[in-house]
Amino acid sequence: MMWKFLHRLSSLKYFYEWSGKWIPWLTGLTIVLMVAGFYWGLFIAPADYQQGETYRIIFVHVPAAWMSMFVYVIMAIAGFTALIWRTKVSEIVVSECAVIGAMFTALALITGMLWGKPTWGTYWQWDARLTSELILLFLYLGVVAIHSAIEDSRTASRLSGILAVIGVINIPIIHFSVTWWNSLHQPNMQLVSASPSVHPSMLYPLLVMAAAFQAYFIVLLIIRMRNQILYRERRTNWVKQLLVEVN
Amino acid sequence: MRAKRKQRLIFVVVLLVGFSVAVALSLYAMRQNIMLFHTPSQVISGEVPENRLFRVGGIVVSGSVIKAEDGLTTEFGLTDLNHSITVRHTGLLPDLFREGQGIVAQGSLNEGGIFVAQEVLAKHDENYMPPEVAASLNKQGTFRPNQPQG
Repeated sequence: MMWKFLHRLSSLKYFYEWSGKWIPWLTGLTIVLMVAGFYWGLFIAPADYQQGETYRIIFVHVPAAWMSMFVYVIMAIAGFTALIWRTKVSEIVVSECAVIGAMFTALALITGMLWGKPTWGTYWQWDARLTSELILLFLYLGVVAIHSAIEDSRTASRLSGILAVIGVINIPIIHFSVTWWNSLHQPNMQLVSASPSVHPSMLYPLLVMAAAFQAYFIVLLIIRMRNQILYRERRTNWVKQLLVEVN
Repeated sequence: MRAKRKQRLIFVVVLLVGFSVAVALSLYAMRQNIMLFHTPSQVISGEVPENRLFRVGGIVVSGSVIKAEDGLTTEFGLTDLNHSITVRHTGLLPDLFREGQGIVAQGSLNEGGIFVAQEVLAKHDENYMPPEVAASLNKQGTFRPNQPQG
């Protein structure tokens, strides 16, 4: 059942038709979660005992940083399946995830720098966490660059897929960078424990923001993938048919 | 699984394992350089570079902060809970600088064994809570911020 569905999804035409009906729902969900998360985080959640109001950038920085790693894992898995099974849908997931992931990574880096100046006293240090996250940005940009440098989209997907898969090595390095080496960046927050290191009044809005970023990622990925599908299949009959209907 | 796919699978797995080993070995070889700072214990045992700037990190010893007459120079003890050294800094300190706080200072040792810092950065930990909660934890004596890290 599950495999049959996945197999059908691997057809570009079927994916295009199936994904279309999810967009309005996911867009609505994203907006609701974003508004709720921002309002809760910026207006209702209390100030921090140590950092005062400055800490509120956490509600953007942490979800963006989580997404920067999550999107990479999705991209690497898609790259892996694209390399071995040559499924067109996973090829498209790789190239579209690369753009979205680069955006989340840049957001995490920029908000981190803006947070660093008032708390640490510096925008940037060549700290293990900061450096490995910067490498993540370069990996994403590398996948984008390889993909757009090669004319034939299938060859482009294969080569950029290899970088996407190899780069996954960086993900555990980012996660454990604050444990393996001493750093300026704070240690990882302990959220799944009896006494989480973030007080519930701050943790709940943070989790809402994390959900909002997830929903935003999915809706963005679907929209971008549909564009890419139309472009790749522009010479097929079903796309020509679709364009006739729209016009 | 068709033979062609199996071949591709082996290729990707070998590539990934090969790169992982290469990265792990390089990171292991560079582990001292990746460390952002040295500890006061390392300073005392002489495991720090001479004639060049380095960073030292630790906790500001409670009750050790002395402001000089000029209003800009600060002297304080820095500890990793085993050993402590004296740090002197002239200039602005970050807002989070206070006694009991984790900090990272960049500078070098002078002849007197005092670490003369050109820059002092403040660390903060992964605990976030409202001031009232911190105050009540403080009262109960269960509040242990800024445990030594790294």
